[in-house]
Amino acid sequence: MISLLHVTKTYPRTGDAVADVSLTLNKGEFCFLTGHSGAGKSTIMRLIHMAERPTSGEVRVSGYSSTTIRPREIALLRRKIGYCFQDFRLLQDRTAAENVAFALEVTGAKPQVIRTKVPRLLAQVGLASKAEALPSQLSGGEQQRVAMARALVHEPLVVLADEPTGNLDERATRGIFDLLQHINQSGTAVLLATHNLELVRANPDVRVIELDHGRLVYDSAAEEVRS
Amino acid sequence: MTYSLREALVAFRRAPLLAGVSAAMIALSLFVVGLFGIVAFNIRKVIEGVEARGEVVAYLRDTASPADVQALRHELTGVAAVREVRYVSREEALQVAKEELSEFSAVFGSLDSNPLPASLEVRLKPNQKGPDVVRSVAQRIGANPAVEEVRYGNEWLDKVFLLRSVAATATGVLGAGFAVVAILIIGAAVRLAIFARREEIAIMQLVGATNWFIRKPFLLEGLMTGLLGGMLAALATWLSYSVLTNAVFTVVWIPDSWVVGGILTGGALGVVASWIAVRRHLRVA
Ligand SMILES: Nc1ncnc2c1ncn2[C@@H]1O[C@H](COP(=O)(O)OP(=O)(O)O)[C@@H](O)[C@H]1O
Ligand SMILES: [Mg+2]
Repeated sequence: MISLLHVTKTYPRTGDAVADVSLTLNKGEFCFLTGHSGAGKSTIMRLIHMAERPTSGEVRVSGYSSTTIRPREIALLRRKIGYCFQDFRLLQDRTAAENVAFALEVTGAKPQVIRTKVPRLLAQVGLASKAEALPSQLSGGEQQRVAMARALVHEPLVVLADEPTGNLDERATRGIFDLLQHINQSGTAVLLATHNLELVRANPDVRVIELDHGRLVYDSAAEEVRS
Repeated sequence: MTYSLREALVAFRRAPLLAGVSAAMIALSLFVVGLFGIVAFNIRKVIEGVEARGEVVAYLRDTASPADVQALRHELTGVAAVREVRYVSREEALQVAKEELSEFSAVFGSLDSNPLPASLEVRLKPNQKGPDVVRSVAQRIGANPAVEEVRYGNEWLDKVFLLRSVAATATGVLGAGFAVVAILIIGAAVRLAIFARREEIAIMQLVGATNWFIRKPFLLEGLMTGLLGGMLAALATWLSYSVLTNAVFTVVWIPDSWVVGGILTGGALGVVASWIAVRRHLRVA
């Protein structure tokens, strides 16, 4: 469903953020993406989201290729990719429900669809009672739940979670991780970038991909380990 | 559409002064064009009146022989633009003069000799009445030795054409200047609106809104600014017309289609200005 084929991303000043990375993420899979800060985790997610194009190599997502995809197709593809960030990126002047509704509104959903979907999504992330709260009135964990509800509006094939627990305490981290696993159980693939090694160690059954200075150095799903 | 419309209106509320100045600049640009429109339309009316007659009169020398006249008639009938050539004898001219100027019939009647020359009235074909055609036919007739004088009412028509081309040039320069300023100001307004909405735009791109959807509110903002400017221009032009037409001279108001065209031009100007700004300042993936 998602493949990176010998992908290199070079930035003019900082050099190779991602260097010759090949990996595949299957439908419904759950996978950690680890590595030190600056290892290239976020860059890989932006490449999958087609917010960046590889300098060389190819990114394939859900039948689209980074070499041929057109702007309109990028928009349609993104509806099938949920995205969460460490800093939540909620609109501060809108309530939880409005933040979720916004993602539907700007992709052309009908008002009656929005009315029924938004409460359901908020309930799914455990925030039914906080629908009318502004982000500033919510805890970090709650804000991340709103962001995840927003990421789920179009029943995505994959959720890209870029250090979603980076700003959260242990309890909230646990809650977000459980929620991601719950989302995964309903068939959505999850790619979770984190440098929280405790979280990785606590879940030994989950596939782990490790990056180091832009290179893929470990993939628990692969037989061999590259140097 | 409701979303785009709402966002476009929010942009107006966020920076009403800038929106007002944008609309005023478009209005100024189109107002200049509107004033010229009145001048041009009235000149056109006058010219059409002259052209409708489409007539060149050649007064013949008394010394011209019937053979000369016949030869000239024959030559003119062969000219493509000419529909009809009518010979008016000296007697006929006197007869017409007596009828048309009955007050003077006594004077004409008492004359020993007929003072009026014979003439050829040359009528042009309906689609051949443009000033250039009339002038070239008149020059051709005037070159004939049998002709004393040619009249085609163009002495002042030339001045009118000069006036019109001077006015057109001035309008072009002024109108284009104001239009450029309008485009720059609308560009600044759109840029401000993009900046004010940068977080929303980032989220829209994140969740898969199309570029067209993201751009629409800004184009709509430009369209509304432009239409507003166009309507202001129409109003200003009409007010100027009302003041002028009674106080200075009588002119006719331009056709409604010109007014509508002007307002739509304002809208188009606004959309183009926003489009340029959006292309420049809205980074798309
Ligand atoms: N837009 C950018 N321009 C220049 N360099 C960048 C850009 N984004 C990331 N980088 C560089 O690419 C490398 C990888 O960054 P990133 O993917 O954000 O790492 P991670 O998410 O693993 O911390 C870093 O060295 C970073 O400085
Ligand atoms: Mg990162």
